[in-house]
Amino acid sequence: MHVIVLMKQTFDTEERIRLVDGKIAEDGVKWIINPYDEYAVEEAVRLKEQQDASVTVVSVGNDDVAQALRTALAMGADEAVLIDGTELQDERAIAKAISAYLAKTQFDVLLAGNFSIDNGAGQVAIRVAHQLGLPHVAAITQLTIDGGKATCVREVDGDVQTVEAQLPALFTAQQGLNEPRYPSLPGIMKAKKKPLTNVTLADLGLSPDDVAPRVARTDLSLPPKRQAGQRLSGDVEAQAEQLADIILQATGQAGAR
Amino acid sequence: MGKTVLVIAEQKDQKLRQVSLEALAAARQLAGDGGNIVSVLVGGHVDAAAEQLADHDQSQVVCVAADTLASYDAERYFAAVQPVVDEVKPDVVILGHTASGRDLAPKIACHLDAGQVSDVVAIEGTGAEVTFKRPIYAGKAFETKRFLAGPWVVTIRPNNLQADAKTGAAAPIVKRPYADPAPIRTQVVNVQSKSGDTRDLTEAKVVVSGGRGVRSAEGFAPLAELAELLDGALGASRAACDAGYCDYSLQIGQTGKVVTPDVYIACGISGAIQHLAGMSQSKLIIAINKDGEAPIFDIADYGVVGDLFEIIPKLTAKLREKIAAVRS
Repeated sequence: MHVIVLMKQTFDTEERIRLVDGKIAEDGVKWIINPYDEYAVEEAVRLKEQQDASVTVVSVGNDDVAQALRTALAMGADEAVLIDGTELQDERAIAKAISAYLAKTQFDVLLAGNFSIDNGAGQVAIRVAHQLGLPHVAAITQLTIDGGKATCVREVDGDVQTVEAQLPALFTAQQGLNEPRYPSLPGIMKAKKKPLTNVTLADLGLSPDDVAPRVARTDLSLPPKRQAGQRLSGDVEAQAEQLADIILQATGQAGAR
Repeated sequence: MGKTVLVIAEQKDQKLRQVSLEALAAARQLAGDGGNIVSVLVGGHVDAAAEQLADHDQSQVVCVAADTLASYDAERYFAAVQPVVDEVKPDVVILGHTASGRDLAPKIACHLDAGQVSDVVAIEGTGAEVTFKRPIYAGKAFETKRFLAGPWVVTIRPNNLQADAKTGAAAPIVKRPYADPAPIRTQVVNVQSKSGDTRDLTEAKVVVSGGRGVRSAEGFAPLAELAELLDGALGASRAACDAGYCDYSLQIGQTGKVVTPDVYIACGISGAIQHLAGMSQSKLIIAINKDGEAPIFDIADYGVVGDLFEIIPKLTAKLREKIAAVRS
């Protein structure tokens, strides 16, 4: 069984966003594997441990992304592929590049995160599946693979669905799917020797026209800063009294005394 | 010249979802003068929601109903809307950025070889100059986007755009047959409603949220009671979820859900940056924490330094009294 994981490198969740010259400053930022993609990597490595599987991790970006791919290799993935994303400006283009790569590859299970915590559009993985003619099940919290069939659990609008899917298929990982491991020291050592292949758009037979953007960013801004408000004084009784009035006011149920 | 806009509407419990009326208003803005709006509604039984939708001015409401469409499934729902998309040939497709909308939209965008702007919170301008504002980094920043070529696919975040008010129209309702595509490769084999989890966290007007300071699963009980009294939803910080006090579906933050309620009550939450990203756009923030130095107080409109297990029950009792007094 061949499992492919689509993953992205993102800012750490504890990073503040700073704008310098109208752009998001990246100096000194701590980078991580997008947390939802990390669940996908972990799930793939578990499949490898439980069944006879090989795991390939695929990412799109510049050379710095190799660091995140090495982390996935250290977690237990076998191979990494880095598609040059420097010319890819929207989700459609990124999905085209990944699809072009996957179209030449045989696999059974495609895993990805539910969305990325930076861009948060949640488009790329589903576009890839659609382009390749594969079914998908998004935001899964449980996955069981048995032969050519997968059974998974997903939460949608307060309902819990159990879905069966024929492989090959895409599954996107939701929080709760698993608890990702930390790479072990031997894992980190081994990862250095595992293959990491760089792929260019030309390698994929894509021209600049094929990936010309359909969407462009025209502006970037930070939300207005919130100010610290008022500390309520008095004893618990007085504080609760004040809070109750504040809440009733804000929810339009004021007038109560 | 106006645009042809297709709205993929949604229902829940056979009622039209509010976000679909917000999508319809967006459609009206994007269609412009001489434009044309078509809505499509997919589900098990859609008649009631279709009537509601048809009350709003538009060219037609297309219904695709079948027993196999009762529960959302990407493969079937796409098969249901694809013929409509191909027939209407929309310049713009709008969906809610909901569990199903965000799942279906990329398939439609890919089918149309179109660009998509997801999770839009504001639409500015008209005609070719229209721009779309959306959060990135869960709201730590906002970007504005513009389409360079058509068609356009847009998903809108619930509760951010005005709902459509152009009612009293009686638009024609057109029913379309549906047949499962062959082969069907995904099958929903079981649906279970989560008990006690009735209100959608992202649509709630009041959110009562607990952090590590709640200390246990049982510790959430007084928070749940307060949330219920205020017809709100229960939320949690990542620390509380990681500690196993509650389900990950309650998590608010950069991982988890982003909420923008009228009132957000943070109980025993210190205010990690990743949590603040998920709730700092709330209209009013109340923080209750033992640690007066907790960063949550830097963004709270009202802060109480104290023990949540003393304050919350007292607050709930006071609110109950006051609400009863108003109603009597």
